[in-house]
Amino acid sequence: MELGKDMHMTENQEELSLNLKSKENGNEERMAFPSDPKKQSNVERIKMSTENLSFYYGDILALKSVDLLIRENYITALIGPSGCGKSTFLRTLNRMNDIIPDTRVEGKVLLDGVDIYRENIDLSELRRRVGMVFQKSNPFPKSIFENVAYGLRISGLRDKTILEEKVEKALKDAALWDEIKDKLHVSALDLSGGQQQRVCIARALAIEPEVLLMDEPASALDPISTGKIEELIQDLKKRYTIVIVTHNMQQAARCSDYTGFFLLGELIEFNETSKIFTNPGDKRTEDYVRGRFG
Amino acid sequence: MTKSSIKIQGFVFKGLTIAASMVIVAMLAVIIGNVVINGYGKLSWEFFTKAPEQGMTAGGIFPAIFGTVALVLLMTIAVVPLGVLTAVYLHEYAKPDSKIARLVRVAVGNLAGVPSIVFGLFGLGFFIHFIGGGIDRVLLSGEVAWGQPAIIWAALTLAVLTLPVVIVSTEEALRGVPKEYREASYALGGTKWQTIRKIVLPYSVPGILTGSILAVSRGAGEVAPIMFTGAAYFLPYLPSKLNDQFMELGYHIFVMSTQSPDVEGTKPILYGTVLVLLVLTFVLNFLAILIRSKIRAAQRRAG
Repeated sequence: MELGKDMHMTENQEELSLNLKSKENGNEERMAFPSDPKKQSNVERIKMSTENLSFYYGDILALKSVDLLIRENYITALIGPSGCGKSTFLRTLNRMNDIIPDTRVEGKVLLDGVDIYRENIDLSELRRRVGMVFQKSNPFPKSIFENVAYGLRISGLRDKTILEEKVEKALKDAALWDEIKDKLHVSALDLSGGQQQRVCIARALAIEPEVLLMDEPASALDPISTGKIEELIQDLKKRYTIVIVTHNMQQAARCSDYTGFFLLGELIEFNETSKIFTNPGDKRTEDYVRGRFG
Repeated sequence: MTKSSIKIQGFVFKGLTIAASMVIVAMLAVIIGNVVINGYGKLSWEFFTKAPEQGMTAGGIFPAIFGTVALVLLMTIAVVPLGVLTAVYLHEYAKPDSKIARLVRVAVGNLAGVPSIVFGLFGLGFFIHFIGGGIDRVLLSGEVAWGQPAIIWAALTLAVLTLPVVIVSTEEALRGVPKEYREASYALGGTKWQTIRKIVLPYSVPGILTGSILAVSRGAGEVAPIMFTGAAYFLPYLPSKLNDQFMELGYHIFVMSTQSPDVEGTKPILYGTVLVLLVLTFVLNFLAILIRSKIRAAQRRAG
C-alpha cells in the first residue's frame, strides 16, 4: 500500500488479492496509521460498501436503499432506535439474513469490490472473511478450547499443534487468555457473562476474519465487562475492520471513527463520529444523539 | 336456588373430580399390588436363568428375557437411524409448509394411530411373505429360510410401530437447539451439514436417547405385532441367527394365560413374568423421564 495513492479503487481485483496475500506486511503498515481519520484520509481504503441496499422481511421493507462505506481498519458504528434496521443491515454484510426464511435483498454489498450477493458466492468463505459477534453471548455448550477451535476445525484444520497455537492467540487477542489459560477444557457456559462474550469474540477472531461485525456486543454486560470489551475493540481495530451496532450512544462516541444513524430503515446520516455527535447535519440525527427520542 | 344449595353443588362437583382422579390411582395400585404380591415370591436366581420346564409349570423365563432383549436391540438398531434421519429432514431441510413435509407428518401421525394388531398383519404380509419370501425365491431358489416368522421380521415390524415415537421426540429435541448456536456456527463459516453434525445433533443426543428409550419401552410391551412375525410358543434353544424364532416376555405371558394346558399350574410363573415385564417397562420409562428432566435443567442453565 502506497501512501498518497487513491485507495478507493477497489474494483481492481488483482491489486486487492495482492494486498491480501501480503497481509503480514500490510498489517505492520496499517498499524502505523494514525487513528485520526481526518489527517490521513488519503490512505483510507474502502473495505466494504453497500449500494442501494434494500431488505425485505416478506413484504415489509426493513432497509431502504442504503449506501454506506466501511473503511478498512476503522471502527464504524451504527446507531439508531430499536427496529431502525441497524442489526438487519449488519447481518446483510455477511449474509446471515439468508437463514431467515422469506427475506429478500435488493442492491449490492461489496467486499473488496465483489458483490457478496452475486451468484456462486461461497457463503462459508464469505463468513470466514466477515466474522460476527452477537448481542447475546452464545458460546457452544462445549469447552472453551473447543469453542474457539470450532471455526478452525470446520475449515479443515486438523493439526493439533497449530490448533493450540491459534486458539491461544485468539484468546490472547480477546484479552481472555490470562484469566482462563488454566481451564481451557472447562465448559464455556461456566464462565461469567463478560468472559463468555470474550470467548465468542475469540472464536470469531480465531479464523482471522478481515471484517468483524459486532451486534451490540456489550448490551447484556455490566459496566466493567463493557469497559473491557470496548478496550478490546480499540485494540482489534489495528488489525481488523470493525462494524459495531450499538444502542449506547456514549459507546459509539467513545469507540468509533465513523457513525451511521439509522431511522425506520433509512440511513439518515453517515459521517465521522465527531461530526455526528458534535455537529450533525440532520435534525433527526441531532434529536437522537441529544437524547430527544429513541 | 338457595345459596347453600349452590354451595352443596360445588362441593359435590369437586368431590366428583377428586373421585375420578382417585380411580386411576386405585387402578394402578390394584394392578401393581396384585402383581407384586403374587409374583414377588417367584423371583429367584433360577427364575431368571432357567428355561421353562414341565409344560411351563416350573423352571424360569430366561429364553423370554433373552428374546425380548435381542428383539428390542434389533428394533433399536433399525428404528433410531430411520427415525432420526426423518426428523432431521423434517426439521432441518424441508420447508415447514412444503407438500412433502406435510405428507410425512400426516404419515407419522397416522402411523402412530394404527392398532398394533394391524402392524402384526402388515409384518406378516410385507416383511415375511413379500421380502422374506422374495429373498427365498430369488436367492435360495425356493428353499424356505427367510420367508417365515423370525426375530428380524418381528424387530422390523416393531421398528415401524415405534417409528413415530422416535421421530416426534427427535424433532422436539431439534426444536430445542437454541437458534443462537446455529447462528454462531453459520457465522463461523459452517455449512448446514457441519452445523447439523457438530452442533445440532450432539446437542440433541439426550432428546434422541429419551425417544429411543420410550420406543424400547413401548416395543418391549407389545405382543400383537410379534405374534405373527416371529415369537414362539416354546423353543428349546436361544435365537442365534436373524432368521431364528424367539421367545418374548409379553408373548410368553399371553401363551401361559391362554394356551397352556394347565392354566392353574402356570399361574405363579405367569405372575412372576408379568412383574418382570412391568418392572422392565417402568425402569425404561423412568430412565427416559430422568434423562429428559436432566436435559431440561441443563438447557435452562445454558439459556
